[in-house]
Amino acid sequence: MTITGKAWKYGEDVNTDLIFPGKYTYTLTEPEEIAAHALEDLDPTFAAGVEPGDVIVAGRNWGCGSSREQAATCLKWAGVGAVVAVSFARIFYRNAINHGLPAIACPEAVAAIEAGQPVTVDLAAGEIRCPAGVFAFEPFPPSVGQILADGGLIPHLRKSLAGRLNR
Amino acid sequence: MGHTFAEKVLARNTGLSSVRAGQVTDVFPDLVLSHDNTAAIARIFREIGVARVKHPERLAVVLDHAVPAPTTRHAQNHAEIRRFVAEQGIRHFFEVGRGVCHQVLCEEGLVRPGDVVLGADSHSTHYGALGAFGAGIGRSEVAAIWATGRIWLRVPESIKVTVVGELGEWASAKDLALHIIGALGADGGTYASVEFHGPGIAALSMASRFVLTNMMAEMGVKNAWIKPQMGKSANGQISNLQSLISDLTPDPDARYAAEYTFDASTVEPQVARPHAVDNVVPLSQVAGTRVHQAFLGTCTNGRLEDIAEAARVLAGRRVAPGTRLLIIPASSQVLRDAMRLGYLETLLAAGAVIGTPGCGPCMGNHMGVPAPGEVTISTANRNFRGRMGTRDAEVYLASPAVVAASAVAGEIVHPASL
Repeated sequence: MTITGKAWKYGEDVNTDLIFPGKYTYTLTEPEEIAAHALEDLDPTFAAGVEPGDVIVAGRNWGCGSSREQAATCLKWAGVGAVVAVSFARIFYRNAINHGLPAIACPEAVAAIEAGQPVTVDLAAGEIRCPAGVFAFEPFPPSVGQILADGGLIPHLRKSLAGRLNR
Repeated sequence: MGHTFAEKVLARNTGLSSVRAGQVTDVFPDLVLSHDNTAAIARIFREIGVARVKHPERLAVVLDHAVPAPTTRHAQNHAEIRRFVAEQGIRHFFEVGRGVCHQVLCEEGLVRPGDVVLGADSHSTHYGALGAFGAGIGRSEVAAIWATGRIWLRVPESIKVTVVGELGEWASAKDLALHIIGALGADGGTYASVEFHGPGIAALSMASRFVLTNMMAEMGVKNAWIKPQMGKSANGQISNLQSLISDLTPDPDARYAAEYTFDASTVEPQVARPHAVDNVVPLSQVAGTRVHQAFLGTCTNGRLEDIAEAARVLAGRRVAPGTRLLIIPASSQVLRDAMRLGYLETLLAAGAVIGTPGCGPCMGNHMGVPAPGEVTISTANRNFRGRMGTRDAEVYLASPAVVAASAVAGEIVHPASL
């Protein structure tokens, strides 16, 4: 799978309240209304300007804080194709994978990519291509890669449970 | 080579003779927590195509994040949860007003040493103070566990934190936690299991131990652990489990990714400045900051010990004009105990407002929302921009004593200088 879009660049320790404010967590349920509030308190231009395939490029500890899954789904439903960061907070990382949103730790690419530049993430090749060059990242382990390929944990689980029943 | 707590507890859970850090294994959670997010999880659960929850007795559902319901949409959310709980026969369901999920599960005796407790809440690290493995996970993962009874986890590397010395009069577990987070950073424990060791930990009350394991979420840890002691349990169960506790105690030759030592006796009251929990300074550096709202409560600092500390500071004093003090006990039990012991009388006489047990203000869901430009000093666990519901407001984090004292002074102040 290959993802191509423009880079949205952010700093370190971007927490889940900045990605999706807690005040919306129990009332907004539809993908489009959740996506409309993505990064609302960090970058008010994001939700209106993001296009399918765009890539978030960020510093250390992206997604720290709450376990709220909307921090991953608001980005996914806004059209974000991948998040490339120096490092990730663990619950965000799991939530992203579980919704088929690749979360890729690649400090070298983060250092090289500037806001607005075109970025291509090639999951099969384990490469990030940008104007400054090509950067390799460690491919996902097969089990995680399968969850991503199936579009997330729930479709993956549905598939494997159905497989078990058909056997 | 010996084993860490995480290696021992996950080996026990999986039935394997031994697991090591880095290994990925299926675990079988003993308890799975969800709160106001239960309706959203139920919708995900239905997508899986499984009709019944596999182990309804292992679920715990607590309504606490927006209670009593502030809007029609919140009420509909609660109603959907009640229907799901009835339909699936979930016994461990706790209604509006029972309290904050982590406090309630401990009071109800649902968490035992050695249990694996996973929650759709990042502060599920809390349960480490009872010798359990507690970790936060996402909604989809909770739905998957409801359907299958299992989930994959990577056995975490461990970090050993040794605390020597005892806290001084105005220093609390909150100050120790903030001090550690300030020193190690918001990603200082990412993916790791943090173990607390040393005489400074053994000296702490049960309520104070919860503050430490709870706050470790702010360092990105997977779980935290403190060795339970006889007589330290709110529910009295631990004394029957001494051999299990010993079996799960980390070995002296266990391998750690990092080791740190802190001296509790040198920790002064600490304050986390806006807008990051690791933006920690000694109180003296922010003394005099004007405070519009003081908030005491949450899973971190809403227990009886915290209310007693506030009452000690507030006795015979009044909240400053132009400042409001909101106190929300962590549970109905804490509220009753505070009433019985006379603390409520002291707090109310000082001008405090008492709210329904729950945790709404902490994440801007319900009550205590600040106006733009206002400053809140809070005993909660996060001070991120927008956290309390307003982007252009500031939140400082501190201990119950400092929050109470600041309410009296109308500015951030050391309780000793009132």
